[in-house]
Amino acid sequence: MTISIPPDKKESIEGLQPKGWFRYFSFSLDHKVIGLQYLVCGFIFYLIGGALASAIRIELTSPISDFMARDIYNQILTLHGTIMIFLWIVPVVNGAFGNYLIPFYVGARDMAFPRLNAIAFWLIPPAGLLLISSYFINGAAQSGWTAYPPLSITSPAAGQLIWILSVLLLGGSSIFGGINFIATILKLRRPGLKLMQLPMYCWAMLGTSILVVLSTPVLAGTLILLSFDIIAHTGFFNPALGGNAVIYQHLFWFYSHPAVYIMVLPAFGLVSEILPVHSRKPLFGYTTMVYSIMAIVLLGFVVWAHHMFTSGTPPWMRLFFTIATSFIAVPTGIKFFNWVATLWGGRISLNSAVLFSCGFIVNFVLGGITGVALAQVPFDIHVHDTYFVVAHFHYIVYGGSVFVIFSSIYHWYPKFTGRMLNESLGKFHFALTFIGFNLCFAPQHWLGLNGMPRRVAEYDPQFTFINQISSIGALIMALSTLPFLWNVFHSAFKGTIAGDNPWLALTPEWLTSSPPPVENWEGPAPLVTKPYGYGKSTASINKATTSSKEVEGS
Amino acid sequence: MPKSSAIYIALLIIALLIGGTWIGQNVNLLPIDASTNASIYDELFKVLFSIGTILFLGMVGLVVYSLIRFRRKPGQIDDGIAIEDNLPLEIFWTAVPAIVILFVGLYSYDIYDRMGGMQTLNHDSEHHHQAMLNTQKIWGGIGSGSIESSTQNSMAELPIEVTALQFAFLFHYPQGDIISGELHVPIDQPVSMRLESKDVIHAFWVPEFRIKQDIIPGQPTVLNFTPTKAGRYPIICAELCGPYHGSMRSTVIVEEPKEYNEWFNKNAKEVITES
Repeated sequence: MTISIPPDKKESIEGLQPKGWFRYFSFSLDHKVIGLQYLVCGFIFYLIGGALASAIRIELTSPISDFMARDIYNQILTLHGTIMIFLWIVPVVNGAFGNYLIPFYVGARDMAFPRLNAIAFWLIPPAGLLLISSYFINGAAQSGWTAYPPLSITSPAAGQLIWILSVLLLGGSSIFGGINFIATILKLRRPGLKLMQLPMYCWAMLGTSILVVLSTPVLAGTLILLSFDIIAHTGFFNPALGGNAVIYQHLFWFYSHPAVYIMVLPAFGLVSEILPVHSRKPLFGYTTMVYSIMAIVLLGFVVWAHHMFTSGTPPWMRLFFTIATSFIAVPTGIKFFNWVATLWGGRISLNSAVLFSCGFIVNFVLGGITGVALAQVPFDIHVHDTYFVVAHFHYIVYGGSVFVIFSSIYHWYPKFTGRMLNESLGKFHFALTFIGFNLCFAPQHWLGLNGMPRRVAEYDPQFTFINQISSIGALIMALSTLPFLWNVFHSAFKGTIAGDNPWLALTPEWLTSSPPPVENWEGPAPLVTKPYGYGKSTASINKATTSSKEVEGS
Repeated sequence: MPKSSAIYIALLIIALLIGGTWIGQNVNLLPIDASTNASIYDELFKVLFSIGTILFLGMVGLVVYSLIRFRRKPGQIDDGIAIEDNLPLEIFWTAVPAIVILFVGLYSYDIYDRMGGMQTLNHDSEHHHQAMLNTQKIWGGIGSGSIESSTQNSMAELPIEVTALQFAFLFHYPQGDIISGELHVPIDQPVSMRLESKDVIHAFWVPEFRIKQDIIPGQPTVLNFTPTKAGRYPIICAELCGPYHGSMRSTVIVEEPKEYNEWFNKNAKEVITES
């Protein structure tokens, strides 16, 4: 069955699109341009956030506060957390890959609301610059990325207010993106394409966008109330004026726990795209993967108070959140077993994309295990707010999401640019990142268990050696960026020509030229009902690479 | 599956289970346990560490084995086997983690109960209501209930009022009207602390006791513990409270009752003869 959609009127859109390199600096409406804008912009902020992390690790090589002033240290750690979450991981796993891939996956020529899409992106650079500029104006916020009152109310107001404004802008960007993804996935699907035939990343983005749209407004409202407390001296969260500081924590975590899934669910989706292609096997357990994503979304809303086990929460509440949190491990576990089953019996190419994806699996399993431990109230009470927690969440967001971002860049770079990345440099990059990351964060579990709290510039001298090991790991991580950057720039001009489909993949973004034309396909959009139909028949691949029209597993 | 490989797999799984359990039980990552709470905590830690080690090594083993065993060899151009799903397998790896999680949850509930965390919940609600009315917003940490049920304990609890402020802890002993910057407690003596903050949120943490409780302005919290080993242990503020957060530390001195009484009598404003 071949269904063809007549191409839209070309002149209407092509006249509007700037051409050449300039389009990446313009208010382009092309989802592919916007996706790459998100990716490059996010990476610049990653480098800034990484520089801040280096400053933190330098300070922590000695047990006394000697590298920078104590209030500067608190500003640096606040900026580091905020930048890495709101300007790097969230925009890249959602905005960058979501924008680039989702229209392809649903067989559309763009997102449902291209202008909203461009606005969502163009909120990010000013918000990021605003946040960073606060450091040079009057000192940045220094109450951590959690901004708990009353500390956030009593610390210098200018930095805190700029922080709030910046996070509100980024939250707005995130909501616009979320609405756009839901509309695109549900309403812009090519006729004949059923929901249960979509590539897994679509499901991950649908689940993530539901989380974004429902929980981000809660954060926005909370931060507006916090800004009232700071500007107008209202008493929502200020106990001195009869307010309640713990209510803020409930509202904050009602967004910020789902935010963890906003950072990892899209990563789960991306890995589900990458592993089948390189192991030449169908994604194992498609249906259970879909249901486990939705289960994580549902459970993600009812676990927030596990961040507050020492905040004087009543025992019944602690019990409920322990159980709810622990059970997230079940759908998450299903996904990991399914990925291993996808690898099992495959023909795995051991390239950089696969190595980073498998590095993600290993790191995330460790982060998940410490996560289940942290969900247990009696366990958490000892290690809450210590370096154990720092280690845990870096295993989730760096070992998890950032490893997947690198994996995805190795996988889709040929599509973005039409050229391959250098594999030897890629493997070197992986080795440095994996060793550096584990050297940096694994010892921090021990630090937390033995008495080092998080967010400190000075610590008990008995922890000096382990902190220095951790800082060496951080140095290796910082150095690992160099071969990657060289690879990306060099390959853009000198890399081997990739061709349209270097991986012989079956998902629709590969069934067009590299880089793709403005309207994604020259002819009608292909109907891909079996995006993971590997191993069915060799004909499927030939069909995919030659006809670019219709791919169906037999 | 050939018989010999089934035996190898069974042996590997047994080795993994034994090895993981051994590591969990014998590799010590914790500081010394110096309270009744800490020894219970360490039991839980060993169980979680054992389960975690088995799961981690198992998953890493599977991934590394798959990558080596199923890597694309030169000259291979075909696809892998097209297995899309396997219902019994899916049910298996949904059920097993669910059972493990359920076990961990029930076990940690038991641990929490033994630490005294569930006392408010299990206590008859009338008492609880009364306490809530009397004390307004007292929110409990571990053993929060025992303030109401102190009569159950054979030994009277030592009440201490803790005040946290940027960037210090103050310990007030109502019995002798002592205010101290260090916490002195006698060994094996149940201590009941009421914690209150003067400015921002702080947290009271003694790693060797495995206890932590946020100290929240406007909402007094309670925390009970019984030290079991003499020594000096750090008290650490665990909640970011400002520029000098890292230096907001104090010491808890657990000493023999005789030494404690000497210290108490030397500092007490009004000497109380204990009955």
